[in-house]
Amino acid sequence: MNVPIPGEIDRRLLNDRSVSGRIGVRMPDLDVPEQPLPDSGLLRSVPAHLPEVSQPEVVRYFTTLSRMNFSIDTNFYPLGSCTMKYNPKINEEMAFLPGMGGIHPHQPDETVQGALQLIWELQSDLGEITGLPGVCLAPLAGAQGEYTGLMVARAYFADRGETARTVALIPDSAHGTNPASAAMAGLDVITVPSDSDGNVNVEALRGLVDERTCVFMLTIPSTLGLFEPNILEITSVVHEAGGLVYADGANLNALLGIVKIGDLGFDIAHSNLHKTFSTPHGGGGPGAGPVLVSEELRRFLPTPVVERTGDDYRLVAPPDTIGRVNGFHGSFGVLVRAYTYIRAVGVEGMREIAENAIINANYIRSALSGEFGIAVDRICMHECVLSPQAQKAKGVSALDISKRLIDYGIHPPTMYFPLIIPEALMVEPTETESKDTLDRFIAVMRQINREIEEDPDLLHDAPHDTPNTRLDEAGAARNPYLHWRPEQNSQAAD
Amino acid sequence: MTTPGDRKYSDEHEWALVEGNIATVGITQYATDSLGDVVYVDLPDTGATISQFDKFGEIESVKAVSDLFSPVGGTIVEVNTGVADMPEKVNQDPYTVGWLLKIELADPSQLDKLMDATAYDNLTAE
Repeated sequence: MNVPIPGEIDRRLLNDRSVSGRIGVRMPDLDVPEQPLPDSGLLRSVPAHLPEVSQPEVVRYFTTLSRMNFSIDTNFYPLGSCTMKYNPKINEEMAFLPGMGGIHPHQPDETVQGALQLIWELQSDLGEITGLPGVCLAPLAGAQGEYTGLMVARAYFADRGETARTVALIPDSAHGTNPASAAMAGLDVITVPSDSDGNVNVEALRGLVDERTCVFMLTIPSTLGLFEPNILEITSVVHEAGGLVYADGANLNALLGIVKIGDLGFDIAHSNLHKTFSTPHGGGGPGAGPVLVSEELRRFLPTPVVERTGDDYRLVAPPDTIGRVNGFHGSFGVLVRAYTYIRAVGVEGMREIAENAIINANYIRSALSGEFGIAVDRICMHECVLSPQAQKAKGVSALDISKRLIDYGIHPPTMYFPLIIPEALMVEPTETESKDTLDRFIAVMRQINREIEEDPDLLHDAPHDTPNTRLDEAGAARNPYLHWRPEQNSQAAD
Repeated sequence: MTTPGDRKYSDEHEWALVEGNIATVGITQYATDSLGDVVYVDLPDTGATISQFDKFGEIESVKAVSDLFSPVGGTIVEVNTGVADMPEKVNQDPYTVGWLLKIELADPSQLDKLMDATAYDNLTAE
């Protein structure tokens, strides 16, 4: 055994703690008839090499990992575009009710009427909130929602015989998932430039739409956290050319109760329930990216959707459905949490969510614009994009500032996105943070700005006070080490 | 690092160094500074033909994935397989060990559409 060092965390993986013959659970004696195993062709010939550890070791291992984790339950988390708002614990309670958490997607409809009613009501609520009445909750994430929405657009044009419509127009400020989803859906991507105010260049858009235009994808508010002032003109330009308009609803939080996407002329949208409607996310956890469409496109939605007849709820396939987008009915646990949130907040609360998210972001923007520079300095929506180019000129990058924030117990903002903003730091405080928290964040950012003058190396090496300090991100990408291999034990410990 | 004066530059931040009828192609120091640490470079096969300013590959850094556009048109006669295996070479020196392609020029007059080092420096100073 190595010499212990005070304060050192035991970093051995569970596999490396394994001791042959050690067990975590002692099984009771067999008191039911013994059953034969399947035929030998289905059995392992060598053991699975699962770690052999005791129950307290397992508990300590995972508890230690959880304490090394950085989450919305432990720290301020202003990760732009991700809407890391607090997730009320009542959501968890509802998702774990036996009638919600203990059911199986293969159960007959009549045995899960409550769950189907919940899906139907959530479909209706989201239709009401967005003004797009056709709702399918099946997509499992925002990007899958995008892909699904684009496949609906393709099905719509195929139905009309307009098969030449194969172009997706996408602004240069878009989320990277937009062009990726369009390419996955078999569309050719053409980029639409932004103007100097960060808005869509409408004249450029006018020159790009034609009889090949399938869809124009627009994020509202924009990825710069800005209100797009020309939306009505944009949607009519695209419609006049015969195309559809898609709203990336990742930033829907800023619009709740204030404006309906459908009223602006959008035909298709997706909403990230895990952002706007307060369900846990980050780290690749389960999401939900429902797709929302106008009445005209409703018949092409994926299957299943829930329909109500009297008091009876059924899973059904829309008449001209594009088919399934995943095995079952979506991330049901996430749907329960989002439904709970909507019911708890109520209609009046919806608008307050958006208003407080916008006020909080503008409070930070106006406090920090002097020191850090704002990409497009005008009233923002739910997030603001800092552009610390003066700091960069002093040799301190957006990455260094982000890493230094961790030392102060603050999760870094989204970095280097949108791509059109140099040294972008995208700050989204969300509505669930108090003025105290925002004031502390502002004070920390000012302190960091002083450190850049006094001791820039403090930033270059940050973070200092975390279990892992500055990580070699390029090394991790160039030489990924993705799974445990017995022969590489010693490397894993390095 | 100063921008080498022996070659031509495109506004997509690629350079072309011509020797005889062969152009060596790479990305500029400004591009590597903007990208940060490069982790992956996707290059075409030799023998492929490419038009001037067309996309020929992708470069991925810890920040983003970007398209690569050829500053000249012609036939690809050699690919720097070294950067595919060790993408950090692009960061080490994009003007020497980090070159990407050698292209047999289809039309040397295409070089007139590119900038010299001074013009490129002015572009990136904006």
